[in-house]
Amino acid sequence: MRDVAVVGFAQRQMEEFDGSPTCVELLVPLFAECYEQTGWTRRDIGFWCSGSSDYLAGRSFSFVQAVDAIGVIPPVNESHVEMDAAWALYEAWLKIQTGEVDTALVYGFGKSSAGTLRRTLSLQLDPYTMTPLWPDTVSLAGLQARAGIDAGLWDERAMAEVANRSLTDAEKNEYAIRKGGSSVEELLARPMYADPLRKHDCAPVTDGAAAMVLAAGDRAREVCDRPAWITGFSHYVDPISMGTRDLTRAPSAARAAAAAGTEGVEVAELHAPFSHQELVLRRELGLADDVVVNPSGGALAGNPMFTSGLIRLGEAAKKVWQGDASRVLGHATSGPALQQNIVCTMEGRN
Amino acid sequence: MSRTLSAPVTVAFDYTRSTGPVLGRFLTGLREKRVVGVRTSEGRVVVPPPEFDPVTHQQVDDFVEVADTGTVTSWTWVPEPVKGQPLDRPFAFALVTLDGADVPMVHALDVTSPDQVRTGMRVRIRWAEERVGAITDIACFEPTEDAAPGTAIKLGDLGDNPVTGVITPVELDYLYAASPEESSFYRAIAEGRIIGQRCPTCGKVYVPPRSACPADGTPTTDEVELSHTGTVTTFCIVNVPFLGQRITPPYVSAYVLLDGADIAFLHLILDIPAEEVRMGMRVQAVWKPREEWGTTIENISHFSPTGEPDADYDTYKQHL
Repeated sequence: MRDVAVVGFAQRQMEEFDGSPTCVELLVPLFAECYEQTGWTRRDIGFWCSGSSDYLAGRSFSFVQAVDAIGVIPPVNESHVEMDAAWALYEAWLKIQTGEVDTALVYGFGKSSAGTLRRTLSLQLDPYTMTPLWPDTVSLAGLQARAGIDAGLWDERAMAEVANRSLTDAEKNEYAIRKGGSSVEELLARPMYADPLRKHDCAPVTDGAAAMVLAAGDRAREVCDRPAWITGFSHYVDPISMGTRDLTRAPSAARAAAAAGTEGVEVAELHAPFSHQELVLRRELGLADDVVVNPSGGALAGNPMFTSGLIRLGEAAKKVWQGDASRVLGHATSGPALQQNIVCTMEGRN
Repeated sequence: MSRTLSAPVTVAFDYTRSTGPVLGRFLTGLREKRVVGVRTSEGRVVVPPPEFDPVTHQQVDDFVEVADTGTVTSWTWVPEPVKGQPLDRPFAFALVTLDGADVPMVHALDVTSPDQVRTGMRVRIRWAEERVGAITDIACFEPTEDAAPGTAIKLGDLGDNPVTGVITPVELDYLYAASPEESSFYRAIAEGRIIGQRCPTCGKVYVPPRSACPADGTPTTDEVELSHTGTVTTFCIVNVPFLGQRITPPYVSAYVLLDGADIAFLHLILDIPAEEVRMGMRVQAVWKPREEWGTTIENISHFSPTGEPDADYDTYKQHL
């Protein structure tokens, strides 16, 4: 395996982006930040890969339009996934592993506010037995949350504790769109929304974009004092049917964590768009109690579709760059109720 | 004035899918007010039936019939239903394990408040009055006092009119925003002007302007007012009728390179027989009456020949 590290990262998050869903306007300055961090130009990037969805944009081939932000004369080596950009990062990491390229820039973007996000996401479900009922994302998460409450695995207080810690930590995150902790009691006194979920249990609808730079070996050392070296990267998927899997578990997350190796992780950024999902993930990833979880505030503080997972990996990598941690973990999820999970572990070396 | 222009857009499409033998049986059953599941290799009765066994990966064939009553195993309140959901007033989505099945299915439960739902409550299918062989043939579940009647039975005859396909209409509503550059373009069009933007790096002029130069990724900044006259770089004759077509075929759709621009844009060429349109032909914008103008490219009705001599190939060969 080649040594590959995260050496650049930039993000934007907002409640409502007043611009085109192609998000070129957001991507150009993000790429500029990545060039500044690395001292590179677009010609130093060996491979480009993005994560986005036409269903979010409401137009076809929106990812092709976004390529304008790169500039493609001379032509670039480019690919796309209709998943969170964390999976685009996985493709880029594999591309570097093949030896074909040494560097990659990965980006994700999405204007969730253009439509009704929780409704649009029904289109990722089984088209015969689920989509015609339009089960929205919040409802599916509510079924999962209730299953765990009924099984005695967590309760509303444990969910409120996750939300309170996340919103408190988010106060230090300039990109967070929802922030400000109070107390567990105060959160529990708020009204139910989608019983058993309160609004703070659900990630806010968020627009945004993010970009990340990967580099192999010396290319990484040349541009970063303390690169975040990828030590494990793995993803798995559970059945899409909500009836045939135990919703209180996420075996795909456990398998991804086992394959990536979580030994010694000090900081974990988990992509949990609903408070109880952090509790599922902590268990499946086997994180020790002293692991710092979501110091950025996590997805409950801002959850731009197709980017939020990549942002988790970026926030984790930043901890390594800054010397705050030696071993970190970034996680991303996709699909209904934690169906698909990807885990990336990174370390700093002295 | 807001920074960008936006407009509501609805994207709609009917997905037509074949059902195959497994889902076909399930949907045929629903049409006949019967609930069809399968017994998997592990002995579990699963509804709706999976097409392949989750353990052996063989096609399933042990079809069974279960009751239209069951037990709620999880639920969530839906305070603000979205378009297309089974009920248009607040309701619960529930996981319901039907009597005779071993795993739950997702559907709506018609109750008026969350106080009326609990895990473990008994429910019954409310069948849709008109059933077509779709999951929506189950209108929803409703509370019932009926006790569990027992186990799954072997599936009997479903008749000789099996469901072989489903049509699922999908409709999504968006508020579609133009980029700031596109917004400037449409605002100018509403005043009878055509504007583009020049890339500060390579000097190329794009119309309509884009947020970044596709050649080198630099944001385009300098606004350029363009001529209403240009050259046909390439074109096609539309002979095929399609839904929403406004002009009777044959007609010509062409790339028009406005004088001073570096990228052509698509528009109609009229006022000339289709077979006489040619590459290099000089054309000019024909505007609709001013009172019909809006922030739309349709302010320009079409392009019409100017009668000038054709442009030299060398003047537009870089723009094909």
